[in-house]
Order: sequence, then C-alpha cells, then structure tokens
Amino acid sequence: MSSALSTYGAHHLQALLASLGRLAKAPFGALLTFLVIAVALTLPLGLELFLTNVRAATGGFANAVDLSVYLKTDVPVAKAEQLAKNARARAGVARVDVISANAALAQFRAYSGFGAALGVLNSNPLPNVLHVHPAEDAKSAASLEALRSYFAAWPEVDLVQIDAQWVQRFNAILDVSWQLLLVTAAVLGAGVIAVIGNTVRLEIDSRRAEIEVVKIVGGSHRFVRRPFLYEGALYGLGGALCAWAIAAGALAILATPVAKLAKSYGSRFVLLGPSPQDLEVLLAAGIVLGWAGAWISATRHLRRIEPRA
Amino acid sequence: MIYFDRVTKRYPNGREALTNATLRIEQGEMVFLTGRSGAGKSTVLKLIALLERPTRGVVIVGGKNTVAFTARQIPAFRRSIGIVFQDHKLLMERPVFDNVALPLVVAGTPFKEIDRRVRAALDQVGLLGNERALPQDLSVGEQQRVGIARAVVSKPQLLIADEPTGNLDPDLAVEVARLFKRFQEVGVTVVVATHDAHLVQELKLRQIVLDHGHVEGAEDDTLPGIVATR
Repeated sequence: MSSALSTYGAHHLQALLASLGRLAKAPFGALLTFLVIAVALTLPLGLELFLTNVRAATGGFANAVDLSVYLKTDVPVAKAEQLAKNARARAGVARVDVISANAALAQFRAYSGFGAALGVLNSNPLPNVLHVHPAEDAKSAASLEALRSYFAAWPEVDLVQIDAQWVQRFNAILDVSWQLLLVTAAVLGAGVIAVIGNTVRLEIDSRRAEIEVVKIVGGSHRFVRRPFLYEGALYGLGGALCAWAIAAGALAILATPVAKLAKSYGSRFVLLGPSPQDLEVLLAAGIVLGWAGAWISATRHLRRIEPRA
Repeated sequence: MIYFDRVTKRYPNGREALTNATLRIEQGEMVFLTGRSGAGKSTVLKLIALLERPTRGVVIVGGKNTVAFTARQIPAFRRSIGIVFQDHKLLMERPVFDNVALPLVVAGTPFKEIDRRVRAALDQVGLLGNERALPQDLSVGEQQRVGIARAVVSKPQLLIADEPTGNLDPDLAVEVARLFKRFQEVGVTVVVATHDAHLVQELKLRQIVLDHGHVEGAEDDTLPGIVATR
C-alpha cells in the first residue's frame, strides 16, 4: 500500500516536473500566456483594492449612520429612559443615547440663535429623542431599514429618521460595486479557464505522437492527462503572480499622487496594498482556474487521441 | 494464448480487412503471420493489442475475452503485452533510456527497478551503453532494437511485432528475427507479421497465412478446449 502510494506520489511529482520543464523550455510563450491570464486576474483584483481603499478613505463618515427616534411629545423622560433600555436589548443596536426634551431645548437655545424667541414659549415643544447607533454589522441599508420599521412600530414613537441618507446611498453604491466585482471576477474567471483550456489544447495537438506512444505502452487516461493538469495549474499560478506584480506596480505609481491628494484634504490616508489574504485568494484562484481549464480541455481532447498502428 | 473465433473486421471506410478469421496461437509459441500487403496481418495484430475492435467475432488473449473490455481496462491490458512497430514509434527527441523506460514509468515501477530493467533490456538487444543517445542519432537497425527493448522491458508474456524487419537489410532482418526467437526460448509467446519470405524460410517456424482477410487452411468450426474469462 505504502509503495503504491509512493509510486502515486512519484507519478505526480514527475508530472509536475515535466510540466515545469516544458514551461521553462518555452519561456517566452509561457510568459505571454501568464500575461493574458494576469490581465484577466488584475481587473477584479484592482477593483477589489479600489473598493477597499474607498472604504478605508471614507471610513470615518461612511460609518456615521444612526437613527433618531422621536417620541411623541406626551411621553415623559422616565418612559423614554425605559424605552432606551428596551432599544439597547434589540439585536443590531450598539448604543442608545437619550436626548431629553429639556436638554434638546437648551442646546437649541444655545446654538440656533433663536434664544430670545424661544423664551416666548411657555412650554417645551420638543419631544424626547432616542439616538440609536447601530452595531457595526447592522449598517447595511437593509438592516437600517429593519431597525427603522422596528422602532416606528412602537406606540410611543412619533417618527424615526435615518440620519445622513446620502451616507446610506453611498454605502449602497459600495454594495453594488462589490456585486459588480463578483460578476467581473466570474466572467474573467471563465475567460481564464478558456485561455488555459485553449493553450492546453494546442499543447496536446503538438504532442500527439508522444501521447499515442504513451497510450500504446499502456498509459492510462489519467496518466496521460496528469501533466496537462499540472501545466494548467502552473499557467494559473504564473498568471496570478504576474497579476500581483502588476497590481503592486500600479499601487507604487499611484501612492505619491494619492498621498498628495489626501494631504490637500488634511487627511493622512495611505493607499492600502493587497493583504496577505488577497494574495492567498488570488493565487488559489489562479491555480484552481488553471487546473479546471486544463481538466476540461484535456479530458475532452485526449479521448480523441487513440493510437493508430 | 491467442484465439480468434470467426473474427470479421470492417473499417469505417467499408474495407473488410478480416473475414471470418479463426486462428489459434499456443502459449510459448512463435509464429509468423504472412501474406501480401493488405491481406490483414496488421489488422490481426491491432485486434490483439486492442488498437482496433472486431466488427464481429471473439478475440481471446491470455484467456481473456478482449471484446468485453471497456476503455478503462485497455491500458492495463496493453501493459501486459509488448508491441513492436515497423516505424518503431519511438520518441525521437528523448534519450534511448527514456524510451525504453516508458512502459515501466507508465506502470508505476520504482525508479531503482526501472534503471536496472532498462539496462537489462538494452543488454538483451545489444545496445547497452547507448542510454543517453537520441534515437535520431542511431541507425535504423538500432532504432528497431530500441523499440524491441521497449517492448520487452516489462517482461510481457506476449510479444507482437508488425513488420519489424521491413526497413532492414536481409542480414539485419535475420538478426532481429533471431532476437525474437531468443525471447520465445525463455517462454514468451511471439507473433511476428512479415511479408519477408526469406526470413520465414530462415527460421522455419509455423506460419499463419492470410489472403484477402481469410486465414488459409483454417477450418471454419470452433476449436475445442478454449476457456475464456473476463
């Protein structure tokens, strides 16, 4: 069993080395294929980096979403405090501040410039307000809306307002962009599969005689196919490494102008590069797509090659 | 070892290469398949090696009914036989060693074992010391012997050869035929297709003569005593 296993391992190692050897023999052709794959992988990677950076650059205000829950004017402060307690128990709520009608009036008097006019009023027209800060994971448009309708249904509540709707819209745009990123990645991933599949098909055609001989001496379908799978995976890996290099180069070029721009806004924002996870995902995607493209192509085309004596 | 029962082979182009052919080759025997070009010699060998499948009839090799084989079973079956071609089908840009080692590599033989057996096979065909040479740098006769070494390296019980001497001058042809005879002497069943009458005379072995797809002198009834397993 162990010798069968080591033979199996040796077969794989052999196939891998043979594939490496073939790529090394035609480095220019291999490089061209790498570049085609790299371009297809750089686009989604670039988009991902762009969105990550946009999120990082706007992090301060994009997160400043909260809800103002206006209670009916006849709801007393004590009741408001109790409601705030209930609100804190709701999932997706990080913090609740009670702004009492008196405090609001005092603030309004101090900052609005209507101080004198307000003195005319003999009662406080302002309601008690709960200021609800949603939790980090509840800031999507959908969960904010869920919170809004939750509070709006309370009988003591007069009106719920989501502050800074434009921030919400901005976040919605970011959400759409992430979807777009996924679609782009899927389409270009299919492109990578097609490119590698085609490369492997050409390789199979050019090695037809060799494949026939291997089949004559009893090479199984898997044995014949294996080196092509490794070749596909290597193309994918090479392409992914090139994509990473392209992205790193682009970031290096952009770093200075972006820093200048950020400085002009008084920000100390620095461009973020690909994270280790980004790199892992990129390399894994390259290998998997390459393997898949080669598998589809080799499985199809190798069956047609039968030895003719 | 080999038994054809009323085998007919019609190619997709409509040509019937074998018609109701019945023949039998015993274990450990060496026979010549003779007849003019196009008589069906190659087709018999291709059917034995499962390079072609019969249109009708039963082909039994080594006690196994090969007609029932699925595509998956074919590689293992081919590993159990050695095949020599007239055009030797070597990988011209690979060294002699790699060519001869190929059947062992495909079978998953350990590397140490491969080295030993490739040398032994090359020794048997008189080419020891040429491991690093490229086939394209060898003479035609040497190339043919590399092909024979490749066919015998995994010690098959059956060796088939299609016109192995077709490109060789008469002396070399007899030498190659004697080489086959030596494998027969150690127990290998050998089937050689040839149209070289000189060679057949020289070695005085049983002949199976084919003429337009028919086996000459064969009786049409089933030969007794054949037991086949899948």
